Amino acid sequence: MSIWEYANPKKFMETSAMALPWAAGLSAALLGAGLFWGYFLTPDAAKFGSTVKIIYLHVPSAMMAISAWMMMLVASLIWLIRRHHVSALAAKAAAPIGLTFTLIGLVTGAIWGQPMWGTWWAWDPRLTSFLILTLFYFGYIALWQAIEDPDTAADLTAVLCIVGSVFAFLSRYAVLFWNQGLHQGASLSLDKQENVSDVYWFPLLVCIAGFVLLFVTLVLLRTRTEIRARRMAALLSRERLA
Amino acid sequence: MRALLLRDLRLAFRAGGGFGLSLAFFLMVAVIVPLGVGPAPATLALIAAGVLWVGALLAALLSLDRIFALDYEDGSLDLLATSPLPLGGVVAMKALAHWLTTGLPLVAASPILAVLLNLPREGYVWLLVSLAIGTPALSIIGAFGASLTVGLKRGGLLLGLLVLPLYIPTLIFGAEVVKAGAAGAAIGTPLAALAAITAGAWAGLPLAAAMAIRANLR
Repeated sequence: MSIWEYANPKKFMETSAMALPWAAGLSAALLGAGLFWGYFLTPDAAKFGSTVKIIYLHVPSAMMAISAWMMMLVASLIWLIRRHHVSALAAKAAAPIGLTFTLIGLVTGAIWGQPMWGTWWAWDPRLTSFLILTLFYFGYIALWQAIEDPDTAADLTAVLCIVGSVFAFLSRYAVLFWNQGLHQGASLSLDKQENVSDVYWFPLLVCIAGFVLLFVTLVLLRTRTEIRARRMAALLSRERLA
Repeated sequence: MRALLLRDLRLAFRAGGGFGLSLAFFLMVAVIVPLGVGPAPATLALIAAGVLWVGALLAALLSLDRIFALDYEDGSLDLLATSPLPLGGVVAMKALAHWLTTGLPLVAASPILAVLLNLPREGYVWLLVSLAIGTPALSIIGAFGASLTVGLKRGGLLLGLLVLPLYIPTLIFGAEVVKAGAAGAAIGTPLAALAAITAGAWAGLPLAAAMAIRANLR
């Protein structure tokens, strides 16, 4: 039993078909519970009023936006090194999901920022680097769509993902240098005694777990779709040859 | 490799079009911006560094698809890929030729445009220095982008979408050098970061571009 077994699309399809309902159900349960707990059972914060509650969408989606890119990076490396097609397709499947999380993070941030900072948008380092991450997602998805041959597309996007990761990282530090921040400091560090008050902390953890599982569910679902599309294309081309 | 560099330079000079074009574009940007934002000297002095760097970025972008496209069409890229030269070296030479024909004239012309944009006098040296250090990075990053899109029929627009995000760190540090220099502040950190990006890009990206070209030629 090794993880490389899932390089076999058939094995991947079998296992993911079993895992998918579990991931989807757990994700729905956790998100439902976490959001309900967060929205209805926690008090308003002293300084922020009820706007604090957007944290349950904003923080998990922002975390997943970055994690999705990391997952694409790992999947791209696996494709380049071991040429497992499932891995390339998983990276392709994850990109639009990551982009959506990035946009959710930006939009919820803007909605929160308007009453709290008095502005929808500020060229704050965190906001700016997130906007840059959005641009990287756009470029990656556009490159996938532009190239017809699937293997070439997988190769080129994998190279772009790796180079892009380096430059996204550089941009992150460049914008820190470029402007002072308005955004709150990290509120989820593991090495601090207390980050946000426990009242908000526990429902937030539940929401984060829910978002992670939501991401897993969507990636599995989209990867299965990609594999089916690939099979269909193979069948069609075989028919044309016959 | 020297022969390849000379060939590319000769092509760029004699085939026309590419050599003067990005320089003229750079000039256009510097002329159009004051027309757009108004002629107030204080405003121009404030934005001059940023405008010149953005202009350099766009001028570099304009000529990128020529790096590999012509060689790809007439098949000489296949020959270069199968030649005993390492493909990474080929990429580096082509990026160098691109820099010599677009980046270097732009560096030389930048002080004249800085006059047009009313850049404070202390900034001139740093504008020259930052462009001289930074534009090679633009060429090699652009060559990488061009290697990704070389197989596409209409890759021009996509090329911009891919390359501009990669240009962001170079732009930030480059413009920061000029701004800090013009204000008489310390420029050590952004200058070192800019040099590091150029050096790192020239070390790593030829290999990545070579990989992309092999995938495209397959």
